[in-house]
Amino acid sequence: MPVNHTTLESETSMLTIHDLSATVANKAILKGLSLRINAGEIHAIMGPNGAGKSTLGYTLGGRPGYEVTGGSVDFDGQDLLSLAPHERAAAGLFLGFQYPVEIPGVSMVQFLRESLNAQRKARGEDPLSGGAFLKLAREQAALLKLDPEMLKRPVNVGFSGGEKKRAEMVQMGILDPKLAILDETDSGLDIDALKVCGEGINAIMRRPDKAVLLITHYQRLLDYVKPDFVHVLAGGRIVRSGGADLALELEEQGYEGAVA
Amino acid sequence: MNEFEPVVKDQAARDAAARVADYEHGWSSDIEQEYGPKGLSEDTVRYISAKKDEPEWMLEWRLKAYRHWLTMPMPDWAKLNIPPIDYQAAYYWAAPKTKDGPKSLDEVDPEILRIYEKLGIPLAEQAVLAGVEGARKIAVDAVFDSVSVATTFRKELESAGVIFRSISEAIREYPDMVRRWLGRVVPMHDNYFSALNCAVFSDGTFVYIPEGVRCPMELSTYFRINAENTGQFERTLIVADKGAYVSYLEGCTAPQRDENQLHAAVVELVALDDAEIKYSTVQNWYPGDAQGKGGIYNFVTKRALCQGARSKVSWTQVETGSAVTWKYPSCVLNGEDSVGEFYSVAVTNNHQQADTGTKMIHNGKGSRSTIVSKGISAGQSNNTYRGLVRVAANAEGVRNHTQCDSLLLGATCGAHTVPYIEVKNPSAIIEHEATTSKISDDQLFYAMQRGLAQEDAVALIVNGFAREVLQQLPMEFAVEAQKLLGISLEGSVG
Ligand SMILES: Nc1ncnc2c1ncn2[C@@H]1O[C@H](COP(=O)(O)OP(=O)(O)OP(=O)(O)O)[C@@H](O)[C@H]1O
Ligand SMILES: [Mg+2]
Repeated sequence: MPVNHTTLESETSMLTIHDLSATVANKAILKGLSLRINAGEIHAIMGPNGAGKSTLGYTLGGRPGYEVTGGSVDFDGQDLLSLAPHERAAAGLFLGFQYPVEIPGVSMVQFLRESLNAQRKARGEDPLSGGAFLKLAREQAALLKLDPEMLKRPVNVGFSGGEKKRAEMVQMGILDPKLAILDETDSGLDIDALKVCGEGINAIMRRPDKAVLLITHYQRLLDYVKPDFVHVLAGGRIVRSGGADLALELEEQGYEGAVA
Repeated sequence: MNEFEPVVKDQAARDAAARVADYEHGWSSDIEQEYGPKGLSEDTVRYISAKKDEPEWMLEWRLKAYRHWLTMPMPDWAKLNIPPIDYQAAYYWAAPKTKDGPKSLDEVDPEILRIYEKLGIPLAEQAVLAGVEGARKIAVDAVFDSVSVATTFRKELESAGVIFRSISEAIREYPDMVRRWLGRVVPMHDNYFSALNCAVFSDGTFVYIPEGVRCPMELSTYFRINAENTGQFERTLIVADKGAYVSYLEGCTAPQRDENQLHAAVVELVALDDAEIKYSTVQNWYPGDAQGKGGIYNFVTKRALCQGARSKVSWTQVETGSAVTWKYPSCVLNGEDSVGEFYSVAVTNNHQQADTGTKMIHNGKGSRSTIVSKGISAGQSNNTYRGLVRVAANAEGVRNHTQCDSLLLGATCGAHTVPYIEVKNPSAIIEHEATTSKISDDQLFYAMQRGLAQEDAVALIVNGFAREVLQQLPMEFAVEAQKLLGISLEGSVG
């Protein structure tokens, strides 16, 4: 089966990254990265520490300080790079953070309700009422087996490492994005939580009109969320792509062996 | 589950109705054609007193204050940079209308209208706030269909025995009560601005809650927005008799047009045994432009006398306006086991200067106080918390907890914390905590990635920071205050 999808033209393309270069603090991190993700697909990106995986996520999210110096990104027919971060979110892009951020004094409920309604407003949809929102939030918390009482607590404040990651998935469920970039969602999760989160990702995102880009170091999450494609990011570019078995190969041989 | 589910509608109707009631009571009688003498002199004081038909004792009181004021130097200890004020260039009674008052909303600064819109203020009220000529009448006409609500409102207070009057009326109708308490909490010689206020105060509010009565509704000065010239030297006196309770709201979130540069109000609260007063303020006077031109100087003296055993006074303030704010709502805790609370959010942006805090004077055994101050600074502004906790020698078992948090937006603003602690009784437990933080890029990006525009993300984070204080506000005020914090900080990041 040919997997060199980056050269395939398809009408279902959701994200097309072409020759993307980006700098952080004047340091070139992404150096001509190309990647194409179609609707309905799940991609995994692996790669050594410091390769630029999080940088890719932040750059796609539009984080200030991550400066694009070349290339283009098409997201569902829109020039992603011309949009402000919140506009990218409203367009359907969700970033699951490697290190979720604490916001003291702002409850998860308030945070997510305001965020969701801001997105809905930007898309010309009516805001969700308090009651409807709470119902949605409880459903999503239940799906991820997160105690709904945690939604009353300030955003990520005092959450354990695993709770933060689980809460990110609840956020994803509530915001219901088209494309989720999940940066090391598996790190910090215990064995049971890994299964719950993996199943949650499948339930929320494995749909013909959605796509996922998983950033991970280990096969363990991929046991639950089976990727259609696996890529190796090294030196700021995709250096190798393959099917689900590439992850297994990487785990056995390490990056040096697999990429050489 | 959402803490701030709005009940604004109901309150707006009440407010409007109350304004109708005020109108009927003649609080807005046409006085603007008559001008008092320019400048400050004994003649000015006599003129004001005569205009208000005051009893002799009141005039003598004012004159005494005026003579004392003449001997006082302008204070300069606050961390403020204040250009001199020319007291002889001002009017103290119904200043002549200036030529440039807007004739309609079309002539009002679009920036101000945009803020009104953001706050969700109805058009008719916008006109009143912006000082459009003749607008008050329009606003009153516009709400005439809620007269029945006004009637209910008035009847409810009367049947509870609550006295809620302009202070001028109260001086005439309840002279003994006013005379007993006026100047008891804030003596006329207390400070420069309180002395000035005693001499020339134009009007204000008097509230009395009888023994054992829980005031059936929140009382608000917002009701009395029509009092066009009273904003400058306002005088408020609230007395809660034994076991009484009242919640009082001062100010409003909408920026009001005002030609007076100096505001020097005096607020006195008295709580007898087991009484409780909750006093909430949202202050949003004109802060001056982004370059620091213009704006109100706000020098207010607010003090509560917790005279009775187990009495309690709670000050909550949201300060976003004025070019210069100088304000220390305080509690004199004389009663045994009395309680004083101070919850404050002060926002400064551009070139604003705020020096605010509280004094908790513990004279009573077992008296307790809580201070929570949240200072938010942006632009080139300066924000100072200045607070005093004093424990008298014979006050056993006193407790105080003080929490001062500062949030900085940007690198050109300043936050300062100046706590004074004077403890003469060793049994006292005094705790002071202070933190300074910044809105981080991480927080901003995280919130924006979830869909919030930058200014909404800032507003959300700031509201989270101020939450402990905002929670103290009555519901409908809290909703408006939340929006106000966001608006006050617009353009301060990025
Ligand atoms: N603000 C910054 N200033 C300087 N260098 C930075 C900054 N942010 C990232 N970098 C550098 O960019 C490179 C890529 O970082 P990135 O976080 O994208 O790596 P990663 O592939 O996600 O690594 P890991 O697997 O450890 O999460 C690293 O060398 C990192 O030190
Ligand atoms: Mg990373």
